[in-house]
Amino acid sequence: MCASHAIAAGMGGMRTAGDLVARMQVTRGMRLSEAKDHVAGKLGVARDHLSDPLVMREVRRELGLGVLAFDELAFPDEPGGIEAKFRIAEVLDVPINSVERFRKRARI
Amino acid sequence: MGTETRITTRLGDGSPIEMTPSEIRADVEDGSTAAARRAKVPPLTDDELDHLCEIFSSNARFSAVDVGDEVILSSDGTCSIDAGLPGDQVRVYQNSLGADILELATVDYSYKAVKTIVSSEAQAMKVAQLATVAPLAYGAMPDLGRYSRPDGPIENWSELMPRGRIGEARAAQEEAAELAVEDMVFCADHFWEAGADGMNYDTAGASGDADLLATLRTVETLREKYPDIGLEVGMASEMVLGMHGELEYKARRLAGMWPREQMQVVQEAGATIFGPAVNTNTTKSVAWNTARSCTLIKPCMADAEIPVHPNVGMGVCGVPMSAFPPHDAVSRAARAMVDILKIDGL
Repeated sequence: MCASHAIAAGMGGMRTAGDLVARMQVTRGMRLSEAKDHVAGKLGVARDHLSDPLVMREVRRELGLGVLAFDELAFPDEPGGIEAKFRIAEVLDVPINSVERFRKRARI
Repeated sequence: MGTETRITTRLGDGSPIEMTPSEIRADVEDGSTAAARRAKVPPLTDDELDHLCEIFSSNARFSAVDVGDEVILSSDGTCSIDAGLPGDQVRVYQNSLGADILELATVDYSYKAVKTIVSSEAQAMKVAQLATVAPLAYGAMPDLGRYSRPDGPIENWSELMPRGRIGEARAAQEEAAELAVEDMVFCADHFWEAGADGMNYDTAGASGDADLLATLRTVETLREKYPDIGLEVGMASEMVLGMHGELEYKARRLAGMWPREQMQVVQEAGATIFGPAVNTNTTKSVAWNTARSCTLIKPCMADAEIPVHPNVGMGVCGVPMSAFPPHDAVSRAARAMVDILKIDGL
């Protein structure tokens, strides 16, 4: 069923900016329009581009926000997982709990 | 004399049926009217009913929103794939199934149960947080019924009530609610420490008003303790059952609340996402059910200051009550919610 929703109406998660917009909803309780405006502004893209996988893949690579790996399209030398979340917290100006914990426990 | 096209659609139990566009129109009007009458809210407008008919009067296998209208998917239980560990499964949802918000959970999806294994669940959360990028919360149900005998320590209010022991039944629910708040806060403390982005309280109100009250008090407590924690409250049904009948949250009686009032108290408690639910009538068409759901949820949208993510899952908000809901029905329900209600997510 998740697949049905994803294709019918979902932003696309990490394929696009879905997880980034989601983060503004989860942590800041922003309504969708406000969350999209915030993310578009921080990324320097048009709001319509937030759901475009071609545009967003390049933006995410450029800003180090994490991209999905697929066979030869894997970039282990670029931020992923918690590394990407460090970048997301900085770029979106939003606190991320796991980043704060990592920073504290790694004594960075 | 021409005859109308027969449209293949479904009933609320998922079984396929054929309806004419006229029959679909009659169903969406009836579904909306029934909801409006029951909850004393406005029915859908003619334009909205027309759009619903357009969505459902199609033999296309799938339906979707327009480009640019996409919403956030706060998928619950994103660790229910029958392969790999939960930490791997959330990555599958992130990488392959387009989930925007992930949820770690255990198969015994109840905070009373989670409390007993919280250390290992928190460890799974910590490890998953290192590997995922999308927001990852922990989810389970408040599940107040679990606190009553024989599963829990409190007298069973469902057995007390038919015996006329109403006062004792109410006291039992109040006591169970206090225990539930303790357990839910205890669990959240561990998951937040492990790095979770938030907590999800699924099917809040499933055991009635005391169940919802326990959830609201938990949210309130956690908001004060952790200002940046994400807190999602997903409801169990369209109306809060008055199993107790007299419980209030900030001077508002919870029993009998419909989605708009539910949203108001959830928002006031400090949640960051609200998920209304409207139970599917399995003997009515999916068009009827979706019209009813849209009518009941629509009053939430203008007042909401936090995102509204209707629970468009198995047996709710127009989706058939079947283990593997058909794509044709799910996609239509999703599209209807987005197009008509301008929801913030699913």
